[in-house]
Amino acid sequence: MKPYVREYPNTWWLSRRPYFLFMVREFTAVFVAAYCVFLIYFVYKLSQGPDAYYGVIELLRSPLSIILHIIAFIFAIYHSITWFNLTPKIFILRFGEEQVPPFLISGANFIAWVVVSAIVAWIILVV
Amino acid sequence: MTRKTMELEILRYRPEKEERPTFETYEIPFKEEWVVLDAINYIKDNIDGSLSYRWSCRMGVCGSCGMMLNGIPKLSCAVFLRDYYPDKVRVEPLTGFPIQRDLVIVMDDFIHKLKEIKPWIIRDEGQEQSLEEGEYLQSPAELAAFKQYSMCINCMLCYAACPVYAIDNSFVGPAAIALAQRYNLDSRDHGRELRQDVIASNEGVWECTFVGECSEVCPKDVDPAGAIQRGKVSGTIDYFKDVLMPWGG
Amino acid sequence: MPVHDVVIVGGGGAGLRAAIAVAEENPDLSVAIVSKVFPMRSHTVAAEGGAAAVIKDNDSLEDHFRDTISGSDWLADQDAVEEFVREAPSEMIQLEHWGCPWSREPDGKVAVRPFGGMKIERTWFAADKTGFHMLHTLYQTSLKYDNVTPYDEWFVTNILVENGRCQGVTALELRTGKTEVIAAKAVIICTGGAGRIFPFTTNGAIKTGDGMALAYRAGVGLKDMEFVQYHPTGLPGTGILITEAARGEGGILVNKEGYRYLEDYDLGKPLDVTHPDHPVKKSMELGPRDRLSQAFIKEVEKGRTFIDELGHYVHLDVRHLGQKKIDKKIPFVRELASKYAGIDPVYHPIPVRPVVHYCMGGIDTDKEGATTLPGLFAAGEAACVSINGANRLGSNSLTELLVFGARSGRGAAKFAIEHPDLDMSSLEKQALDEQSRITKNFICKQKGSERIANLRQEMTQSMESGAGIYRSESSLKETCNKLAELRDRFSNILIEDRSLTFNTELTSALELDFMIEVARSLAHSALERRESRGSHQRTDHVNRDDQNFLKHSLALQTEEGPKIGYKEVVITSWPPEERVYGR
Repeated sequence: MKPYVREYPNTWWLSRRPYFLFMVREFTAVFVAAYCVFLIYFVYKLSQGPDAYYGVIELLRSPLSIILHIIAFIFAIYHSITWFNLTPKIFILRFGEEQVPPFLISGANFIAWVVVSAIVAWIILVV
Repeated sequence: MTRKTMELEILRYRPEKEERPTFETYEIPFKEEWVVLDAINYIKDNIDGSLSYRWSCRMGVCGSCGMMLNGIPKLSCAVFLRDYYPDKVRVEPLTGFPIQRDLVIVMDDFIHKLKEIKPWIIRDEGQEQSLEEGEYLQSPAELAAFKQYSMCINCMLCYAACPVYAIDNSFVGPAAIALAQRYNLDSRDHGRELRQDVIASNEGVWECTFVGECSEVCPKDVDPAGAIQRGKVSGTIDYFKDVLMPWGG
Repeated sequence: MPVHDVVIVGGGGAGLRAAIAVAEENPDLSVAIVSKVFPMRSHTVAAEGGAAAVIKDNDSLEDHFRDTISGSDWLADQDAVEEFVREAPSEMIQLEHWGCPWSREPDGKVAVRPFGGMKIERTWFAADKTGFHMLHTLYQTSLKYDNVTPYDEWFVTNILVENGRCQGVTALELRTGKTEVIAAKAVIICTGGAGRIFPFTTNGAIKTGDGMALAYRAGVGLKDMEFVQYHPTGLPGTGILITEAARGEGGILVNKEGYRYLEDYDLGKPLDVTHPDHPVKKSMELGPRDRLSQAFIKEVEKGRTFIDELGHYVHLDVRHLGQKKIDKKIPFVRELASKYAGIDPVYHPIPVRPVVHYCMGGIDTDKEGATTLPGLFAAGEAACVSINGANRLGSNSLTELLVFGARSGRGAAKFAIEHPDLDMSSLEKQALDEQSRITKNFICKQKGSERIANLRQEMTQSMESGAGIYRSESSLKETCNKLAELRDRFSNILIEDRSLTFNTELTSALELDFMIEVARSLAHSALERRESRGSHQRTDHVNRDDQNFLKHSLALQTEEGPKIGYKEVVITSWPPEERVYGR
């Protein structure tokens, strides 16, 4: 007798909360990627001389750009947090029989994140 | 005292009689100490002897009785009715697999994959030790390095939780990859490269999008998601080694 | 019709070990593993504590031999035990080479722990999931042999005898409902025990004595069936096993008065749990299983056990081991107690009571696993070699399935090579007969009013009340009569499921049929053994009687029911003595 094959609905990611959160995590990555593309574009413009560069700066001042930046910033933060929370799954550190507790691994990532951010902020704002 | 009862809504599929599965609802007595499997056994013994499902050890180690309970893959011997009472429980066969009959899924695909990843100790040529020479030494730390991945009971809950497998079942999948890692990380084994054909392929670790639910539903804390991501990292390192040191490093 | 050199019925530890033995013996031989479940579901998976083999310098084969013989109350065959203890270490090392994750000493050698009835610690363990790891190691290793063919979820219904020898089996493919011949030059039965003939057992649902009944019907004797091991520590209600390793690591048994009652039953004096010599081997909590389970019944009679809606129980206390040791050495105990008894053993004692665990008896075989029917072999719990006698020593069963699994594999391989011819046309005919028997008596059975579940329940209740830890002439007679009645009523069973696809009502009926057969051989053997020895305790014959009963009982099937005969016990070096524990 032929086994019955159930169809898997395209809305599977709406069926359970963890799947939905996974899709949100994936979705936020689009913004991180888009911002990377923008940065490359920005550097490219910079290489074309001061006029091109200031053109982009002007563009950045528009309200639409500011809104997009805020959204991208929030998503980038969300994506970073979810990503750092997952690092202990990938990076397993052992001392003898004992495994370093996952929270220390993700904690180290968060600390490094804060430190690097602080240094970048210091360079931009103070130096 | 009125006896407490509750309802189980079970997906039935009788291939000789019906085109597609349908739900059937059964009223069962509620007992504090019953697991869901006890209730299903009650139905088989007292209400409908034709209900088909797999079970054996009823202590969470044989891996037979995985089912979807209210949409989440669980071992039915390890979940109590009291966790649902008084609500109805919806019982379905594991997602992602064809249904043979009622709650019985077809798991040929997994058995095939299990063999593909070569889940046995492979020693380098000439490195086999004879029995007279005794055991291979392995420190507790070396044992701990793979122990977690050796705890898999092949219950298929991780596959049922994996949307990637449900969409494309060419994916090698969580349990099989975790088992490959179990041997790769065993200090007695030298077979990693032989397993890479399957593990590092497109149907292997790279098919995984890291939904992570396989690890959440795993009843034995094997963490297959972790095993897969570690497979990606070591696969990537292999790649760069190949590119940067083509003469072999 | 598929033809193999060797067909193995059952894919648990013994079956897989046998399959590998055949495959390694000769790569040209084709082996089939016919199992009613996927092999990793087999009940070997649930063994917890460990497997015994001499490996440490302070231990000796002689000690393992003596512990086993006194554990068996002198009913084990000593020549078999000698070979068993001698081959045990290399079998265990072999499993290590195949990848079994044995727990280790800091220097990387295999670690051992003490078990009940042992003079020196010699139990190899993989935390407290030893059977699980052994089974999965064997299963995964078996996958590397291309000459091993799996028949997963095929239910063997009959052994085919032609021309005076076993030439294969008929098996029902669960997914199609077809009954087919699987022809073979030799067959090995590795289907495990029959704990499910009792109501309260550590055994999984699949342990219905199929192989025992198959051999019995084919005319082979069932040996020492009256010896049933009650494990002293199962969870009340479910019967889930709490491993002896809990006591091996230092856990204690106390009654409701907080008293370590075992000292009242000639098992030695208790040492305080903080004493460096606790737990003392072969004493108190590390006495043999039969004696501990019997002590429990006496405590019930004295009114010193706890009681609640799940019945009588005592406490197994491991709290003093501390969380770290519990998590490292017996993590599964913690998982099971927390999940199924709702208590965390780190903080609370575990409620436990004796529960049917193991059949010492089984298919009568010699040391090579051969039965009296040429071409038919058996190994593991389904077989009785006998190394277990009247009471099996904890952690000998996992070793047994390796040693005798391998031996029967080699024996069957040799037999298959020597007997290449098969009577194919008669086998075909037998298959048609079997197919029509199953169709007529089960799948297409009309009428019938007895529910399978009811008959099963009546059988298990009768076994518990008449053939439990303590038995008597009258209780056993009652059980024998009840079983004969059930045998008759079985022909009137009700089967509603007509499907050919994974018909589990059909398999339940076939299993019940097998169970009644096995239960009858057990009850009749027990009735005839008018003495008390090991796990067989008669309230009307309370002493061991070497004069009349230092022999194996042998049940043979006849029209009128089981006929009980006897067979000599092999004594090589250690004549019967008093069994001494704790003094």
